[in-house]
Amino acid sequence: MPCVGDWLNSPLSIVQGIFAQNAPNSDWEKKVTEYFKEKLKENNATNWVPSLNDVPVHYLKPNSLVKFRCMVQDMFDPEFYMGVYETVDPNTNARVLHFGKYRDVAECGPQQEIDLNSPQTVTSERQTFYCVPVPGESAWVKEISFLTDASQARVSPSTSYTPSRHKRSYEEDEDMDLHPSKQKEQHVGKSCLQILCFSGSGGDIHGCVEPKRLETEASAGHHVISPNCSPPLDLNFPLPGEKGPACLVKIYESWESFKVNDVLEVFGVLSVDPVLSIVNSEERDSSSLDPMECMDTVEEQRVHSPPASLVPRIHVILAQKLQHINPLLPACLNEEESKTCEFVSNFMSELSPVRAELLGFLTHALLGDSLAAEYLILHLISTVYGRRDVLPLGKFTVNLSGCPRSSAFTEHLYRLIQQLVPASYHLRMSIESMNHSRFIPHKDYTANRLVSGLLQLASNTSLVIDETQLEQGQLDTAGVHNVTALGNLITWQKVDYDFNYHRMEFPCNINVLITSEGRSLLPSDCQVHLQPQIIPPNMEEYMSSLLTAVLPSVLNKFRIYLSLLRLLDYSISDEVTKAVEEDFVEMRKNNPESVTADDLHKMLLVARFLSLSAGQTTLSRERWLRAKQLEALRKARLQQQQCVNGNEL
Amino acid sequence: MSSPASTPSRRRGKRGRGSNPPTPQDARSPPSQKRRTDDSTSTGDLQPMPTSPPADAQSPGAADALFSSPPQFRHSAIPLDFDISSPLTYGTPSSRVEGTPRSGARGTPVRQRPDLGSVRKARQVDLHSDGLAEDIVATEQSLGQKLVIWGTDVNVASCKEKFQRFLQRFIDPLDKEDEDIGLDLNEPRYMQRLQEINMVGEPFLNVNCDHLRSFDENLYRQLICYPQEVIPTFDMAANEIFFDRYPDSILEHQIQVRPYNALKTRNMRNLNPEDIDQLITISGMVIRSSQLIPEMQEAFFRCQVCAFTTRVEIDRGRIAEPSVCKNCNTTHSMALIHNRSMFSDKQMIKLQESPEDMPAGQTPHTVALFAHNDLVDKVQPGDRVNVTGIYRAVPIRVNPRVSSVKSVYRTHIDVIHYRKTDSKRLHGVDEETEQKRFTEERVELLKELSKKADIYERLALALAPSIYEHEDIKKGILLQLFGGSRKDFTHTGRGNFRAEINILLCGDPGTSKSQLLQYVYNLVPRGQYTSGKGSSAVGLTAYVMKDPETRQLVLQTGALVLSDNGICCIDEFDKMNESTRSVLHEVMEQQTLSIAKAGIICQLNARASILAAANPIESQWNPKKTTIENIQLPHTLLSRFDLIFLMLDPRDEAYDRRLARHLVSLYYQSEEKMEEEYMDMAVLRDYIAYARSYVNPRLGEEAGQALIEAYVDMRKIGSGRGMVSAYPRQLESLIRLAEAHAKVRFSDKVETIDVEEAKRLHREALKQSATDPKTGIVDISILTTGMSATARKRKEELAQALRKLIQSKGKAPSLKYQQLLDDLRAQSDIAVTKEMFEEALRALADEDFLTVTGKTVRLL
Repeated sequence: MPCVGDWLNSPLSIVQGIFAQNAPNSDWEKKVTEYFKEKLKENNATNWVPSLNDVPVHYLKPNSLVKFRCMVQDMFDPEFYMGVYETVDPNTNARVLHFGKYRDVAECGPQQEIDLNSPQTVTSERQTFYCVPVPGESAWVKEISFLTDASQARVSPSTSYTPSRHKRSYEEDEDMDLHPSKQKEQHVGKSCLQILCFSGSGGDIHGCVEPKRLETEASAGHHVISPNCSPPLDLNFPLPGEKGPACLVKIYESWESFKVNDVLEVFGVLSVDPVLSIVNSEERDSSSLDPMECMDTVEEQRVHSPPASLVPRIHVILAQKLQHINPLLPACLNEEESKTCEFVSNFMSELSPVRAELLGFLTHALLGDSLAAEYLILHLISTVYGRRDVLPLGKFTVNLSGCPRSSAFTEHLYRLIQQLVPASYHLRMSIESMNHSRFIPHKDYTANRLVSGLLQLASNTSLVIDETQLEQGQLDTAGVHNVTALGNLITWQKVDYDFNYHRMEFPCNINVLITSEGRSLLPSDCQVHLQPQIIPPNMEEYMSSLLTAVLPSVLNKFRIYLSLLRLLDYSISDEVTKAVEEDFVEMRKNNPESVTADDLHKMLLVARFLSLSAGQTTLSRERWLRAKQLEALRKARLQQQQCVNGNEL
Repeated sequence: MSSPASTPSRRRGKRGRGSNPPTPQDARSPPSQKRRTDDSTSTGDLQPMPTSPPADAQSPGAADALFSSPPQFRHSAIPLDFDISSPLTYGTPSSRVEGTPRSGARGTPVRQRPDLGSVRKARQVDLHSDGLAEDIVATEQSLGQKLVIWGTDVNVASCKEKFQRFLQRFIDPLDKEDEDIGLDLNEPRYMQRLQEINMVGEPFLNVNCDHLRSFDENLYRQLICYPQEVIPTFDMAANEIFFDRYPDSILEHQIQVRPYNALKTRNMRNLNPEDIDQLITISGMVIRSSQLIPEMQEAFFRCQVCAFTTRVEIDRGRIAEPSVCKNCNTTHSMALIHNRSMFSDKQMIKLQESPEDMPAGQTPHTVALFAHNDLVDKVQPGDRVNVTGIYRAVPIRVNPRVSSVKSVYRTHIDVIHYRKTDSKRLHGVDEETEQKRFTEERVELLKELSKKADIYERLALALAPSIYEHEDIKKGILLQLFGGSRKDFTHTGRGNFRAEINILLCGDPGTSKSQLLQYVYNLVPRGQYTSGKGSSAVGLTAYVMKDPETRQLVLQTGALVLSDNGICCIDEFDKMNESTRSVLHEVMEQQTLSIAKAGIICQLNARASILAAANPIESQWNPKKTTIENIQLPHTLLSRFDLIFLMLDPRDEAYDRRLARHLVSLYYQSEEKMEEEYMDMAVLRDYIAYARSYVNPRLGEEAGQALIEAYVDMRKIGSGRGMVSAYPRQLESLIRLAEAHAKVRFSDKVETIDVEEAKRLHREALKQSATDPKTGIVDISILTTGMSATARKRKEELAQALRKLIQSKGKAPSLKYQQLLDDLRAQSDIAVTKEMFEEALRALADEDFLTVTGKTVRLL
């Protein structure tokens, strides 16, 4: 498939072609995006594009087309670059026009010079985002998307990466051929550069010498120790222990529409040119009189132009916001496309058995408590669907109280949830962790970047907070701030990022599940007291057997179920509104003390998610009654619990 | 280089003018001085070629006429050749003093303007052809009309003339600026400025571009588009006028014009490649400033072989090292002599977008600023500034020795003028006039809105639409957002009058108090939100911190100070501990905050309105008790709240029904629909901001009468039962509320309807909070003394009863405490608690009727 190879392997040559045809006209930019849009529309073409999420950077060809599923962690300042520039050959005076889009370095032959004063020069603007893989992405998401990609990638022989080991040496030879020649061209006789190549684009050079070391290096989370002994670069992942490449994503169009914490899928040209990392070494190059060099601090330079092998650049040709990251669902769920419609309606037809099975599964997981399982489903499909001034609508934080403390129950519960949702994080609350972790992202002005924190999460991430491990103790200032931040997150679904001189509010959409023994110290929308029916002697065995008992295909259905239902619309008819009104008035009449507006809020929420969980997009009378019933059951349980506690005291 | 080099050189500069020729006696740096003497002798032989090659290449006259910036000394006076290579040239350009005997334009040294200069070279060369003609123009006006600077449409002569006319004639009596102290607004403004320069000796002329625009649109456009060419022309024009007027004036260097407030004021986000090399004004916050960087302006090279020297000027940040010595033709023999090169001060500053300009969900942008010479160290991190400067983009060379260029430009702004936005706040002038600019359409829209009859209701409805009903509370908060008029009674010794309205909400949990607070906090630009539980007195006021780096004590301000001119929302007010709450006393009435801590004694402004929310002490409101008893706040504090609202759960079927409908609608309406229904939050915000800054209502005659009546009425209610129930504080509250209501209507006069509404609201709030549960009568004394009038009466009765009881016991000098209590209980028909009894005893003790010692009561 030579044509595929072309746009996949050397997209820049295609851009060059289009540029040459339309040259001074600025139409060429539009044509380029259109061309690639067309190409990617072809059946499953997106799967041929190697993904930075699955393939280590050093396996990918520089300047080839790649894709990356990521979250915008920080936004750097916009850059002005030479959109179009002219080179002059001083000997022949021949002038050639080039394009600077999708490139980091202005290309220039050995005999040529760039004419900086040419009237042809067009200055354009692009935006750089610092992107990290979606924090807390579940292993199964990675696996499944990798499998779909890989199966396709094998079809096309010209895609540079195949995961099998024996093939790699060939690839690397190719890379080797490519790289040193380039380097020779660019920096002849520069010894310090050589060192840098080792530290920076270490992949290529080490790779051919020591394939094994390379492997470990790549998987060790990029803690490459540079020979110049600077501390390893903090890649700024929101969650500790995250792996995967961070990327500088350069966006050329409509970057205003993207926000921090948005999840994007970008298709673009991979740029790992080692020249990019040189900026770092220039400090020592005292002969340089360029006053611009001293403009930024060392830290800032390190952060804003890290070695390209650690933080590759992607020049985006196409980018889209993702509604979800579940690879089992079509990426874009809009109703126009017949394919997605079909998918949705197919799934809807078998919804109720899936729900029943999921309920059964969760009931087992919650030690036989079906009411808690019911609430857990509601919680898992909840999402903030709107905001009324400051009030977030549709959040449904569940506090699962009465969790057995000893048997690592919460740990296992989290593992099950992890198997169901695309992104999640398990926060074990302890005095230690509250005092010492960084929850709120803050701006580091020396490095001029937003240092991430635990609470910088993408939309619809499941945050499971384990309060059972919390002991008595003293929280210090940081701890108090962290607890307040958690409280704010739950109540208002927003995190106030710390910009030192001021705070900025970032709305978020995070599903919080709190497991605790008693009532949680954090606020929650609804507290469900767990009533275990069975206490398995060996929790671990019990839980893992639960998982193995579920067929992978069924598990996948659960996953689709939870992701899909979140995206459905919902409405309430006038008729039912009336009925609800009547009901509420009635309830208040009987017992004005116990039924408040808050309770109505809760009931409406439960009713909403209950209807959605059954695939219904309007509220029916039955669902409303069922919601009332559930709430009544839950409350009765709480009351009972209070009585028990009261007796004990 | 801030001090050692530049300060002495300046000093030298002044002296140099007087004594001619200057002698190298000013020995700050002996080693270099020695070399300088060497130099002067060696170069002395080479006098025929005194100037540097670049200067030779062009007509020096033209260059000078156009750009006052290039050093003038080269050609200004031939007899001064000695000076050119003189030992005095050391350090900053300002030290380049020529000892001309005459003062005036020619005599005052020119100081280079690095803020304009970095790309100058290219243009100059292009100008060369015009150069000679330009010289003629200077003398014979008629010839040069059509000549323009290359690449622009700027004709130097006419531009200069226009600007001179502007300086001489511009009058705008209406435009009052804060810097205009001592200016006669009916005289040409900038001529007065020049006079000021003459007196003060600070050779900088700040020119408001807005003035220029109203004077001559075309000149303004030229300034914006070609600042690099136009500003030097302005400099020249200003200097000509100045030295014409004040020929004897002695300045450090020639006057530099600093335009500011270019109308192209932009948000940092809107900067785009089109703005490169244009004059822009942007606002932002300084987040970092670098150390001082000495930047070479002119390099001094000396041939190692023949000691021939030459100067090379900086060109776009680079110095072209001469590869061949012009004198002896040896290649690569020229060496840089640092001591004799010229440097200027430079500082890199990072400016970050101000938080208000940021779109939601994005991180702020930053831009680099370069400040030169005088502007170095003018701003500190944390300052809010408006910067006027020239936007630049410079290509980055990947490596100086490699030809390939990174295709990215580095951008920065060469600062010409700073204007601190919040510096005035410290001086106590209301800054809100500056803070927000409204487009004319917006003002039109707001005015249109204000004319609507139901604007007050409308705005109240737009406030926190998700919170159901509670209209009076919303109205109260609305008035709080507008605030009263600020009055100054300092000259009569009363100090500032509080204009801020404080509100307390108390009520059952779950009545969306917190939500209201959150809403308000999100609405106002300078709001703070704290929870009583989590805040300490220190967190609210200010604390002293030791800076870890400098070991310097730093005053860190807390929520109350930070919300100066804003609203401080305090949730869970009742959970706040006693000592913290006591801090509020001062803030809520005097609007200041006194601090005496770690040797720092000061008084900070804290003109914050306070919006507090409290839960009843029994968590559920007890209707059988008074407000005081329900919330248990000290009445000294309570009386400082203008309005106290109860947010109770109304147990009413119709209400329930409406509430249910409202809530249900929340759960299925799409977001767009929600937004349509109510007034946009942005409009509301603008409306409030506009009213706050532009409307300042005063009491009308009728309104005054109405207020007096209202107050007298309030006093009467109490006096009917023989005690005072309304205090001047209540009158002040009424005035504030009436003013705020007038502001809502954009009215400059407080009228009777405003007073009526203020009265109504005050009464509504009072009705709820000051109703005596035992009698059902509104009783203000509950708020002022913490005790209802009936309770007070009862206390007195009890005391009298006790006195009678004791007197009836005859002449016994002492009585048993317990015995007395039992007797009183037996006698009285109401239940007498121990507390009541003790209170009665204390009352009698106060009357010197008895004393209580331990368990015995003695009669006196």
